[in-house]
Amino acid sequence: MAVDNELKIELGKQGVFVTTIEELYNWGRRSSVWPMQFGLACCAIEMIATTMARYDLARFGAEVFRPSPRQADLMIISGTVTKKMAPQVVRLYNQMGEPKYVIAMGACAISGGPFKQGYNVLKGIDRYIPVDVHIPGCPPRPEALIQAFMTLQKKIDGQSLTGADRPRHLDAEAQGEFPVPEPGEHDLEPTSNPGVWTVPVVIR
Amino acid sequence: MASNPYFSLAVLFVVALGFGLAPLGLARLWAIVFSPAKPNTVKNAIYECGLVSKGDAWVQFRSAYYLYAIIFLIFDVEAVFLLPFAVAFTGLGMAACAAMLVFVLLLVEGLAWAWAKGILTWA
Repeated sequence: MAVDNELKIELGKQGVFVTTIEELYNWGRRSSVWPMQFGLACCAIEMIATTMARYDLARFGAEVFRPSPRQADLMIISGTVTKKMAPQVVRLYNQMGEPKYVIAMGACAISGGPFKQGYNVLKGIDRYIPVDVHIPGCPPRPEALIQAFMTLQKKIDGQSLTGADRPRHLDAEAQGEFPVPEPGEHDLEPTSNPGVWTVPVVIR
Repeated sequence: MASNPYFSLAVLFVVALGFGLAPLGLARLWAIVFSPAKPNTVKNAIYECGLVSKGDAWVQFRSAYYLYAIIFLIFDVEAVFLLPFAVAFTGLGMAACAAMLVFVLLLVEGLAWAWAKGILTWA
């Protein structure tokens, strides 16, 4: 940080506003996150409610749900991801332009939820794509989605433009293509993307 | 040059052009310098519904569709004019009826021509 935070507050009291390119850039990015218009199951109903007047996601600059992945920054995985749907979800994620973020909404999206034992349910979308915010709940209330959204905004705000924690779109080394799983004989193949998820070792 | 009455307009034009192009140029510059492009086949696919893309975006439609659209216009225009004609029929004179007859016959001629040409049979 070029300017000391206390000095900045002191200057602010005197009517002088100091900022950095990074702050301005991140302010713009976090205030105009466009989610993708994409609902998977019952959580989608809560997502719709979040965008409506009572909860009003528009306060955060995110009311513009885009019907095309090319125009969207944020993918809200709202509901159960079945193994039939997972390749489509990963393909859509691939087609989103950088920088892209993911909120896994609800128990199903983060782990398979109540359907975890089901033969056809993916046990968490984070097996294939990097998830930024997980929200539990079945389904999470609109307040929870707004909380997740604010958490994401904080994350975007905290990303510096250089260094190891810089956002993916500024990093030439970052993974560009996320392999789309194919339906195999018993499960999706591959069963997870090793670049974003490590298979947990069960200690018995 | 400055005495030319159009000089201020030219200056305004250049400024307006710069005002429009500068942000675009800056955004492009930002993208080139800071944001590396990472294209791949999945990302560049033409179809955006999640399913595997097949074929090309530049699809060609049969010209028969075009002919059908043109012939549909005959009936479309006819209906638009016939309805008000029918509503006002009792109050119309001989001349109006003759004009309408000519109009309908013209359209029927178009249809007869298309029929004779064999356009109505789907090949």
